[in-house]
Amino acid sequence: MAFTTRTLPAVLFAAALLGSSCSKTERPTHAGPKPASARKAAPAFTLKDAEGKTVSLEDYKGKVVLLNFWATWCGPCKIEIPWFVAFEQKYKDKGFSVVGVSMDEEGWNIVKPFLAEEKINYRILLGNDSVGTLYGGVDSLPTTFVIDREGNIAATHIGLVSKSDYEDEIVQLLEGKRTAVSADARAANGSN
Amino acid sequence: MVSADFSLRLRSGYHVNSNTPNDEFLIPLRLTWTNGAAEAGEVIFPKPQQEKYEFSKKPVSVFSGDFKVQTKFKLESTGTMIGKLRYQACSEKACLPPRTIEVKLPVEVHN
Repeated sequence: MAFTTRTLPAVLFAAALLGSSCSKTERPTHAGPKPASARKAAPAFTLKDAEGKTVSLEDYKGKVVLLNFWATWCGPCKIEIPWFVAFEQKYKDKGFSVVGVSMDEEGWNIVKPFLAEEKINYRILLGNDSVGTLYGGVDSLPTTFVIDREGNIAATHIGLVSKSDYEDEIVQLLEGKRTAVSADARAANGSN
Repeated sequence: MVSADFSLRLRSGYHVNSNTPNDEFLIPLRLTWTNGAAEAGEVIFPKPQQEKYEFSKKPVSVFSGDFKVQTKFKLESTGTMIGKLRYQACSEKACLPPRTIEVKLPVEVHN
């Protein structure tokens, strides 16, 4: 018995396999919230949380929402989690919520232990490809959408960005509403 | 026994977790075979790099650039070996979902 060659010329190029997704990771993110006129509605979805409760994006109407797609195997996602925990604590009483959507294929069996380890104080939902597709594919993690009180996407971030970028957007969106409300109240009172 | 080397090349700026990641939640590189024309033996990975990234508090065990994964085979007959390569890649800033791809290895035995 003879073998054609001792070292077979089997060659794989992972780079080619990564190609289509890489372009999305390199897509620029928006610096600061888009003007209100340029925002599009955040796609509606319904998913289950860790307690099995059905949650819809609609449940957050009137709030500024940081919608974060992440996974337990995603290193950059883990950097952001403590920031989001802090944002949730700091701004939850001002009409703000963080909603995490885990894209772990293994489901709650792997996600729940992670939630306990990271002491996550915001709601986590178990995502799926359908919801990912609604949000443009979510090929790279983390992918985060900052949604205004009207349910429109004010900012999109693909990949890790800075804590201050997120916080600036959150504050601007929270204050933007207050400014609008104040202006409405002044107009109603006949003053400037 | 014969050996087959699979050469992998990652896009610049990306890495995959090694076969022995040092975090329980990270997805390791795996190459598995379904026995057919040959009986798959040991799969040998190169020595991983211990890299420190912006997102990691401790070094991460990874492969990047060009590297080879070797499998030892005991040949049985002419045919094709089917393998599965599972990997999960990240850059400094983002991660791509885990993927499993099928690999085929033609085996030709001359008597």
